[in-house]
Amino acid sequence: MSMIFGVPIAVLSGQLLLGLINGAFYALLSLGLAVIFGLLKIINFAHGAFYMLGALCTVVLFNTLGINYWVALFLAPLIVGTLGILIEYFLLRKIANEDHIYSLLLTFGVALVIQGVLTNIYGVSGMRYAIPEVFRGGVNLGFMFLPYYRAWVIVAALVVCFGTWFMIEKTKLGSYLRAGTENSKLMQAFGINVPLLVSLTYGFGVMLAAFAGVLAAPIYSVNPVMGGNILIIVFAVVVIGGMGSIVGSIFTGLAMGIIEGLTKVFYPEASSTVIFLVMVIVLLVRPAGLFGKEA
Amino acid sequence: MKTMKKLLTAAVASTMIASAAQAAISDNEVRIGYLADMSGTYRDLAGPNGLTALRMAVEDFGGQVNGASIRVVSADDRNSPDVASSTVRQWIEADGVDMVAGMVATSVALAAVNIIEQADKLAIISGSAASSITNEHCTPNHIHYVYDTYPLANGTAKAVVDEGGKSWFILTADYAFGHALEADIERVVTNNGGTVVQKVRHPFPTGDFSSFILQAQSSGADVVGLANAGSDTINAITTAGEFGLTQSGQSIAAMVVFLNDVHALGVDAAQGIQLTTGWYWDMNDETRAWADRFMERTGVRPGMVHAGIYSSTMHYLNAVQATGTDDTQTVRRHMMDTPINDMFATNGIIREDGRMVHDMYLAQVKTPAESTNEWDLYNIVRTIPADEAYRPLSESVCRLVNN
Repeated sequence: MSMIFGVPIAVLSGQLLLGLINGAFYALLSLGLAVIFGLLKIINFAHGAFYMLGALCTVVLFNTLGINYWVALFLAPLIVGTLGILIEYFLLRKIANEDHIYSLLLTFGVALVIQGVLTNIYGVSGMRYAIPEVFRGGVNLGFMFLPYYRAWVIVAALVVCFGTWFMIEKTKLGSYLRAGTENSKLMQAFGINVPLLVSLTYGFGVMLAAFAGVLAAPIYSVNPVMGGNILIIVFAVVVIGGMGSIVGSIFTGLAMGIIEGLTKVFYPEASSTVIFLVMVIVLLVRPAGLFGKEA
Repeated sequence: MKTMKKLLTAAVASTMIASAAQAAISDNEVRIGYLADMSGTYRDLAGPNGLTALRMAVEDFGGQVNGASIRVVSADDRNSPDVASSTVRQWIEADGVDMVAGMVATSVALAAVNIIEQADKLAIISGSAASSITNEHCTPNHIHYVYDTYPLANGTAKAVVDEGGKSWFILTADYAFGHALEADIERVVTNNGGTVVQKVRHPFPTGDFSSFILQAQSSGADVVGLANAGSDTINAITTAGEFGLTQSGQSIAAMVVFLNDVHALGVDAAQGIQLTTGWYWDMNDETRAWADRFMERTGVRPGMVHAGIYSSTMHYLNAVQATGTDDTQTVRRHMMDTPINDMFATNGIIREDGRMVHDMYLAQVKTPAESTNEWDLYNIVRTIPADEAYRPLSESVCRLVNN
């Protein structure tokens, strides 16, 4: 069998594919952060909590109302997105003109409150959620066993990422959005409701996080603290990609998934650190991030 | 004359004991502090429900001992040794706490014990796993009650090797607890004629285990041993199921699995997993009766830590009642001299190193067909006698043991 650095190529291909799947999660989550920061200049520390709410919502909807995965895929992001809009309307709007640090602190506080309340209700052991019937089992690719559900995750994540990029960069609505954040007074003079646009954008970013949460529900332990760990990694991804860059966050998310996957083979102990190492190097060489515009 | 003298001595002695007893409960109140993770990763292992178990013991005791009332205070240690130290210090210095119960994270237990030893008070640790607590870290001021990593690795790994699981892939959480457990597993596996083909250490905590499961699959080992705990174990088992690890002929041996973990996994994902436990709620009428009372108050079935907190508090209060004092060394001596046979423990003995040894049980998670409700989770396969389960005193490096 051919080897690379003492690791069989078959094993390596498997790890690359898994890295890509994890990368799809990172891409989806960092995309939401990038949209919210890029367009609204809000550093959304509640993003992990919204991801967790998406997953928890899926489980609770199923357990209490018997709502299935496919409906939850739309309903959970909608519910969590609405909560996001309420938070924007009642809280974030009040500090819209203050320094970024205020939005960071406020969203961090909101995340702690959400997490704390839900921990009291659901505990931390986590809840189970079965993989939907059609995705049970998997296919043997020769070099690895690929569960159908993981294949679905990568397809769904990439479609949503591409759709978001297309909407913001290529459509009229997207151009309103970008213009509204560039010069909101002028846009309002043109008769465009900028505050509404801001609310909807925040809600949309939150929906992306919740959507990732729904995708995660069948394969990860669903519990109120699940958002905390991934949030920091996702922030690192956004920083590497360039704060607010949409293409940057998608590309970096996938790339970091792969780098992390390879580290898990060659030096697993460092797999939780490698992304931050990349972040340090990127910040030293390109302070604005790989895809960021130099100020 | 001789008889007269004897009688007189006896009378004087009993008067002295009686008066000593009355004066010997400090502040005329027995004060118990309950310290545990009430909101973080280990919340469901002991947490708020452990406090309920402790309160149940106090209530069953009648709320007072020898006329002195029993008061319970509690705090969230937030898995921080610093928080544990400062809380326990305040409890002892300002609130006059006599005994501290609970404690989950090993670092928290050790920090608390450090303060408790300086003040010559008593700690009864129920939640922590590390066997080092009564080995290199033993003190005359604490008791480790429910379980530790030694019987968990010993019971489970040995059973799996005996059934033909000879070659092992060990997946270890990369911190002190995981390393200790990994060493325990490796020792048991090789001593029983098995081999360890590969060891991989994953960061703590890890969200996605797919990469490690893939490595386990390509290692060709019979058994994938998990030297981790909590959400890491749950995620690893879930992912193993998703990637068809068991269908391809490999099996999983998880060392540190609690009832709440298996409940979270569900019997679909966890069926067939072997584990070692110190107690199970559905073992006999006595355990079921207590578990029913517990469930009425908490809404869930108790795990071994909850039952252990109840049992150890009862044992402590009984010792205070019998000796008539809350003086630490008198009470601890009496607790050691009295065997424990209650709904929690069979043949329980507290050794001089502070380890409470009792019969342990090898359990297997039921199949969905066998399980009749969400808490009907284990079949007890075998009873592991106390002296076989725990680290023998002859191997102890505890300073209280003469080796």
